[in-house]
Amino acid sequence: MNMQRREALKSTGAMGLFGVLVAAGLITPELAHAAWDKAAFEAKSMEDVLKALGAGKPADSKDVQLSGPDIAENGAVVPVGVKSALPGTEFVAILVEKNPNMLAASFTLPEGTAADVSTRIKMGQTSNVYALVKAGGSYYMTVKEIKVTLGGCGG
Amino acid sequence: MKGSRYAVCLATSALALMLPATPAGADETAEGIARYREALADGNPAELWEMQGEELWRTARGPKNGTLEKCDLGQGPGVVKGAFVGLPRYFADTGRVQDLESRLLTCMETLQGIPADEVAKTPFGKGEQKNIEALVAWISAESRGMKFNVPMQHPEERRMYEIGKRVFNYRSGPHDFGCVTCHGEDGKRIRLQDLPNLTKSADAARGFGAWPAYRVSSGELWSMQRRLNDCFRQQRFPYPLYGSEVTVALSTYLGVTANGAGESTAPAIKR
Amino acid sequence: MAAGPMRIRAASNGTETEVKILMSHDMETGQRKDASGNLIPAHHITEITATHNGRVVLAGQFGPAVAKNPYLQFKFKGGAKGDKVSVSWVDNKGEKRTDEVVVS
Repeated sequence: MNMQRREALKSTGAMGLFGVLVAAGLITPELAHAAWDKAAFEAKSMEDVLKALGAGKPADSKDVQLSGPDIAENGAVVPVGVKSALPGTEFVAILVEKNPNMLAASFTLPEGTAADVSTRIKMGQTSNVYALVKAGGSYYMTVKEIKVTLGGCGG
Repeated sequence: MKGSRYAVCLATSALALMLPATPAGADETAEGIARYREALADGNPAELWEMQGEELWRTARGPKNGTLEKCDLGQGPGVVKGAFVGLPRYFADTGRVQDLESRLLTCMETLQGIPADEVAKTPFGKGEQKNIEALVAWISAESRGMKFNVPMQHPEERRMYEIGKRVFNYRSGPHDFGCVTCHGEDGKRIRLQDLPNLTKSADAARGFGAWPAYRVSSGELWSMQRRLNDCFRQQRFPYPLYGSEVTVALSTYLGVTANGAGESTAPAIKR
Repeated sequence: MAAGPMRIRAASNGTETEVKILMSHDMETGQRKDASGNLIPAHHITEITATHNGRVVLAGQFGPAVAKNPYLQFKFKGGAKGDKVSVSWVDNKGEKRTDEVVVS
């Protein structure tokens, strides 16, 4: 393993977006954090999430794929991935219908980044999981049910 | 809190047992779970502990401001590769059989001046125990893919194996439970968890060789000592002392049973 | 383990670079209670940014429903062995972390 991997580099070039902005005095850490889409993440219904994201009424699309297990052994960690074959996909979001707040994560994809992102989410119970993407200025959605088994306790 | 959690567990167990209503349903569920586990294998958060462990090994710490780089895990001072699959073993300097964790206590005390009994008293997941968890993650990862080769030459090693075997088969407590109740036969399971038959080589390698492991349920890295502690809890036995003889004896029995069979996968990812 | 180093892997196949990131963070939801029944305050990563040689290749926002010790995988066009990929996150308490890796 390479030692560089675990060293937090302090040079400006390696600080990433907010690091650079904060270091340059352009924004405070609080402001960098303020860019977080509070309204969307705190929304409790699909309608409110879509409204907060400005997504209108997304069309169902077979070109959007949500990958994930049919059944998850533990809702604390559920691997999910979103892939879009729609040209110009620039935004991806993952929504869990039965979570207290539906929006789990969203990603902005600059030109050159593949519309193929995977992460791991928490699910309180068996639920529909939605992948929402923005491509060419319009929003599209797909859905998959993921079952969560009971048994988050004991050894 | 404890009481209510227990009640919830009982309720969910009953439900979970009803899930696979038909054999076909059971197969489907088992396949689904297998795919779920596969999806988590790449990008096991245990790697975060491995990174810290490697760094800790080389970091001068403690009253003596020493590193662990001269620590002898059984393959000679400083040799980490292959050490994990050869433990527990007898160490002449301490005159006893030690597993990885009790050996680390010795090294931390002698090389760094960190008192072993203090670390042993620290709850899992806190203070120096966190450091031990990182160290065992890295040290076990350095033996990934190797087969167990736990020695049985020294009389003390043979004695510990025999004690471990006896402890494994010892049934007691309010439920008349022993390790053997859940891990002594093929085809046992708790809810959706298939339980390894730890009296058989292949299963022992698969079971024993998975710990330390990242626990998905708690998001923590559990060492073998912590794993055994929880087995004692489930049997409604008193908790064993950290690094105590009974825990090392159990590991010796499991490790020797695993000898030559499967490859070590630790630190694995577990429910 | 909050604010421990990230584990970043970035591998180029000549045309594309695949990035896999593990972050060390509790991702506390704000919905759990501690042993004495008090709500544990939310503590989670809110934003994550990945750059390749200084150019942003991914900007993400996380809610508390992203799993503890978050994992993230994505791909971008370009990237060659020896290039640098840097990842930064910031959480709802203003804590932040940046780590960098060389593309292999």
